[in-house]
Amino acid sequence: MADPAPNMPDIRIDMTSAGRQLAPSLERRPSPLAQVTDSRWPDQLFRYAMWACAISVLVILALIVYELVLNSRLSWNAFGLSFFSGQDWDPVQDHYGALPFIYGTLVSSLLALVIAVPLAVGTAIFLTEMCPVWLRSPLSFFTELLAAIPSVIYGLWAIFILVPILRNYIQPGLAKWLGWTGLFEGPPFGIGMLAAGVILAIMILPVISSITREVMRVVPSHQREGVLALGATRWEMIRVGVLRNARTGIVGGIILGLGRALGETMAVTMVIGNRPEIAKSLFAPGYSMASVIANEFSEATGDLYLSALVEIGLALFFVTIIVNALARLLVWSVTKGQPARGNV
Amino acid sequence: MSNSVTPNQAMAGSNALEIPNVSKRRMVTDHVMTALSVSAMFLVLAPLLAIFGYLVYKGVGSISWDFLTQTPKPVGEPGGGMANAIEGSAVILGLASLLGIPVGIGAGIYLAEYGRGGYLGFIVRFVSDVLNGVPSIVIGIVAYSLVVLKQKHFSALAGGVALAIMMIPTITRTTEEMLLLVPSQIREAAFGLGVPQWRTTLSITLRTALPGVITGVMLAFARVAGETAPLLFTAFGNQFWNFNLNQPTAALPLQIFAYAISPFDEWHKQAWAGALVLIVMIVVAVSAVRLAVSRGNLRGAH
Repeated sequence: MADPAPNMPDIRIDMTSAGRQLAPSLERRPSPLAQVTDSRWPDQLFRYAMWACAISVLVILALIVYELVLNSRLSWNAFGLSFFSGQDWDPVQDHYGALPFIYGTLVSSLLALVIAVPLAVGTAIFLTEMCPVWLRSPLSFFTELLAAIPSVIYGLWAIFILVPILRNYIQPGLAKWLGWTGLFEGPPFGIGMLAAGVILAIMILPVISSITREVMRVVPSHQREGVLALGATRWEMIRVGVLRNARTGIVGGIILGLGRALGETMAVTMVIGNRPEIAKSLFAPGYSMASVIANEFSEATGDLYLSALVEIGLALFFVTIIVNALARLLVWSVTKGQPARGNV
Repeated sequence: MSNSVTPNQAMAGSNALEIPNVSKRRMVTDHVMTALSVSAMFLVLAPLLAIFGYLVYKGVGSISWDFLTQTPKPVGEPGGGMANAIEGSAVILGLASLLGIPVGIGAGIYLAEYGRGGYLGFIVRFVSDVLNGVPSIVIGIVAYSLVVLKQKHFSALAGGVALAIMMIPTITRTTEEMLLLVPSQIREAAFGLGVPQWRTTLSITLRTALPGVITGVMLAFARVAGETAPLLFTAFGNQFWNFNLNQPTAALPLQIFAYAISPFDEWHKQAWAGALVLIVMIVVAVSAVRLAVSRGNLRGAH
């Protein structure tokens, strides 16, 4: 406390003595929050603790890269770049090539995008531009719910429900009408690349759809009003006023969905067929990078075998990192780094 | 839509103003696109209903008291259950939460309170967004190299580490977002009363944002609760009870996976029951915490 002004010492003495008599408890118990002592060191300590937590996020990324690179060295030294172009996967001869898995991952993910993108964008358009307001939040909730289902349950459902449907109804139809393309040939097993693509499509739908909705929401409404005022129909308003403004973000959402599809493991493992072959037909069984790791990692005998599996993991890691970073930058460029909030 | 055409035509006829009529082709396109997006909505809802419908239908039919209290039996023997897997999942998830939640919240606090505008803040933010997209199977490999290779055997600890790594980025980002929503006047008021910064952050800012932070934590929890891939070669699975963190442990998702790809009908039924239990556990855990946050005394001052 600063010294009181020299012309009013009496008042101060009076006040304190009166205060002591009237409310003694007030003086003896200062507020628990007010600290008179030097509080610099707890602040510093707290700051460093929080800093350590933040740094640990970076450390985790560094550890991931370090462990993957370290443990895949053996395979890298043995095969070099030909690891990614070799088609043999032969644990008996200890010779490994990852091309069938790369092919399987790419084809199943692209198939998933072909199916999911129109549906996801259609859903987002419906939810942001057409849906009555009272329906909007329950329907968005249900779409988001798809994202909460664990991958293994998708796989379970796919094995017992989706695969029989594909085998009995969809695949014969596709073979009959589109068989001439060569993509839908061979015996309809149900299990195979097509099943993997369909289940992946269902799984990445909520990702694409929610990002698309987010970026459509940040399109200012005067854009819509302006286009409508020029006499556009609703679809023209959506196309010119909304989709054109949000396209960067939508592409970002699609790439984010692609990233999710590339790394998806369990559901794909359960329906893709797990055979390391490259076949043109989507009915044929295949194999993906994530599923070969899931199936063979804990049974891999031999250092080179294990190392080859880790190298597949490393490749998967780099591809998803690049895909995700690209997607984030695209989405950030539309939403300016802040996700759009609320149900407006 | 038809009444939007009539006024246009009426006005064009009566007024000198040239308002172009909507041509037939444009009208048809409009209707077709509307129909397409409505049907997209239905097509998206269909698998959701089908999955939940079958889950409840198949799961309720095969769930029983034995299922919840017994360990797996060999093929051919009737009965048996997944009690040890439920326990194992709880242990692994508890461990993951213990490791992941404090670090995630701490990193979120750093980003919101200290890291605004700085380089480090930007990098941490970006890296956690990127980590969010790393495939779970890759996290499994890393946990295997970090823990299993050092210990020389599979363990619940390794599973917990893998899931904790997956929880951290989600919690970091949601905590940061929630803390940034707290008005800075509240912080300034606390500083004005002489409260040190660490106390302000913990008792004022974090407490105010607590409902949101807990929602984020539960989202992360729900996400890893169903994860199977990172547990395949960390927790590995176990047919018996295990309470030792250093031993291979059963987990519900692992057991569902093993039974689903098996050729036995009896095991398929158990897989459905397990899936139902897993979903119910996730939903109950998430809604219980959210209820406690919105009703109970955990509620922050908004």
